[in-house]
Amino acid sequence: MKKKSNMFEKVIHIIFLLLGLITVGCVLLITIYLVISGIPAIREIGLVDFLFGKEWASTASEPKYGILPFILTSIYGTAGAILIGVPVGFMTAVYLSKLASPKVKSVMQSAVSLLAGIPSVVYGLVGMLVLVPGIRKIFNVPDGASLLAAIIVLAIMILPSIIKMSITALDAVPKEYEDASLALGTTPIETYFKVSVPAAKSGIAASVVLGVGRAIGEAMAVMMVAGNVPNMPDSLFQSVRFLTTAVSSEMAYSSGLQRQALFSIALVLFLFIMLINAALNFFLKREKE
Amino acid sequence: MSMISVKDMCLWYGEHQALKNVDIEIPENSITALIGPSGCGKSTFLKTLNRMNDLIPGVKITGDIRYEGTDIFSKEVDVNNLRKEIGMVFQKPNPFPMSIYDNVAYGPRTHGITNRVQLDEIVERALRDAAIWDEVKDRLKKNALGMSGGQQQRLCIARALAVQPKILLMDEPTSALDPISTSRIEELVTELKEKYTIVMVTHNMQQAVRVSDYTAFFLLGELVAFGKTDDIFSQPKDQRTEDYITGRFG
Amino acid sequence: MLKQSLSKKRKGYEVLMKAMMLLSVGLTAALVLFLLAYVLVQGVPNITWELLSTKPSYLTERIGILPDILNTVYIVLATLLIVLPLGVGAAIYLTEYASNQKVVGIIEYAAETLSGIPSIIYGLVGMLLFSNSMGTCLMAGALTLVIMNLPTIMRTTQESLKTVPQSYREGAFGLGAGKWRVVRTVVLPGCVDGVITGCILSVGRIIGESAALLFTAGFAHAVNGIIDGLAAPGATLTVALYVYAKEQGEFGVAFAIAAILMVLTVLINFAATLVQKHFAKRRSL
Repeated sequence: MKKKSNMFEKVIHIIFLLLGLITVGCVLLITIYLVISGIPAIREIGLVDFLFGKEWASTASEPKYGILPFILTSIYGTAGAILIGVPVGFMTAVYLSKLASPKVKSVMQSAVSLLAGIPSVVYGLVGMLVLVPGIRKIFNVPDGASLLAAIIVLAIMILPSIIKMSITALDAVPKEYEDASLALGTTPIETYFKVSVPAAKSGIAASVVLGVGRAIGEAMAVMMVAGNVPNMPDSLFQSVRFLTTAVSSEMAYSSGLQRQALFSIALVLFLFIMLINAALNFFLKREKE
Repeated sequence: MSMISVKDMCLWYGEHQALKNVDIEIPENSITALIGPSGCGKSTFLKTLNRMNDLIPGVKITGDIRYEGTDIFSKEVDVNNLRKEIGMVFQKPNPFPMSIYDNVAYGPRTHGITNRVQLDEIVERALRDAAIWDEVKDRLKKNALGMSGGQQQRLCIARALAVQPKILLMDEPTSALDPISTSRIEELVTELKEKYTIVMVTHNMQQAVRVSDYTAFFLLGELVAFGKTDDIFSQPKDQRTEDYITGRFG
Repeated sequence: MLKQSLSKKRKGYEVLMKAMMLLSVGLTAALVLFLLAYVLVQGVPNITWELLSTKPSYLTERIGILPDILNTVYIVLATLLIVLPLGVGAAIYLTEYASNQKVVGIIEYAAETLSGIPSIIYGLVGMLLFSNSMGTCLMAGALTLVIMNLPTIMRTTQESLKTVPQSYREGAFGLGAGKWRVVRTVVLPGCVDGVITGCILSVGRIIGESAALLFTAGFAHAVNGIIDGLAAPGATLTVALYVYAKEQGEFGVAFAIAAILMVLTVLINFAATLVQKHFAKRRSL
């Protein structure tokens, strides 16, 4: 009897262990699949020609597979979104965490959650019909579907991550720090920016990294507003293609080397994301300490 | 001459009255100890003097509190200048998570001193006054959170001194410290009274006797007794004071 | 001295910072209000009973989103049905069984990594893993979404398990119960909070997902029962929005769907807050 129940417990233990390891299995599976399907095209095209080639013409009679335009577009687009989204999100977070009344804070937090929950295609749709024509009119350019439109949409989409995570970090700053600063004759606002913000800097940095991850990984909203032409991102009003949209825009009808090259793009994107994840983890660990 | 004079001061937290008709004159260059059981209002009283209570929602204060003759609640008074004049040291050492130097320089920088040489001077003087210069002069750039509790508290005193206050409010500054650190802080406080006026909340009766010149005894929001420490402890006039200092409650 | 006011420099700093904060908060608030109002105003007038209750027909040039609504329901149900046991099991392993901190660290790192991977990559891998073997169908999409939502369910369950007092477990062990019995009678009931919260969050994510579904679940608009539906390709509401807006220029329909999605998002957020408040209250009792 005893032996039987021991066996039973062991089996249960193993079942739970396997369930626990599923996440690890998924990560490995994703990594392996991306590497296996991403490598062939890179080998055929050549790593340098692939990463630093300035021209992408996958359907030309003499196809060219240079993804530098996509890499630069993703970097510029993300940088632009961060440049706009971080100051707005950061300032909002400081206000909500430190100055707002509990009621305002709770209402705004719901609003920010809503912003986070809106599907990206809805952002894309509103961007297509409001932002794109708006840019065309204001800047008097032939087409508003551009890097600028994508930057603005991405800036809005990363706002919730930045606001939420920064608020969490700022809320966790011990009140003793702030009291000490106030008692030295520092005004509340000076205190928040000179003591509370530096004390929460790891968490705020993590929020920015999270924003970078969101921006670089977003596909659908960008697909709808960026114009999707594989140009080098020479100007804000250029119609451009991101790493994410490069994958999705040709996947449906691609074949052969072209299709394999799309997987290689996904691999490059994945490497970017892994780097960002590592950075995020670094900051989160520091925040915990 | 008295640095602070309080007349008929009452304080409410919402409906609850925490201080009742307090009258007190705090003399210059002396140490005044505020004693009494927990919740008697002594910390609340201390925090009223530099208006730190303003930050708590629902606080109402009536009566007259004057610092060097000026009503501290007057509309013309800038609360930040008041807090510069009346420094504060807290119960738990609370250095900022920055370098030792930046901790001490924080106050002067806030008040507009940016000159490096001048800042160096102020930091050194404050650290010397707080009797911690010799221990930290070689590691001014190190994070303050790496210091021991007693060192942290002396750093906090240095930080308060760096803005050149006239009064130092101390809220049970040794309650979180070991006996050796406590006696160092007590020594320091006795030295500091030559330059500063000190008001100190303490739970520890022996400490009040050891360091203070004047003692104020609070009970249930009332100032029951105030006078020279020797008088309060050797010949208490009020029965409640006697009961408390002889340890019958508290 | 006391009556001196702040220096000009400090006053300027105060005003500047305050202005920037108020501007940012105002901008964020205005953005949310604008998005809500714009989508509802553009979308609600286009929501008709015919749109909701029919499928698209090229013959009559009619567009109906019934198949997309059904597909969304199917994919939500299928995903949750699969991800729940997996996520809850993983959480139970981490909080109840795992004794090796290294293993715990690796599993948690893997979960964090999963939640950082963009949906387009999930779409691609889902296509390779599932659609290539079983064809483009809702089930392939659901399986892709299972991987995406695994970390969410795991995390919320783990959090709720942490609030089960250790003394309950010890009490049960003290009565001579075996590990599995303790898990079944004490631990499992304790994770209800987390499972419900996780489900709400996952439903929100599944409804909003598009990039991961384009190449796994496809974008057909046929009305099916749940079994046939899962085996056939189909667009969820979100994917349908994309197709109607980007490929077909049917902005009226797109906005109608957007309005529906917006209302669902509001409801899901509301439910999540409500549930969290409810559980927080129960815990503090």
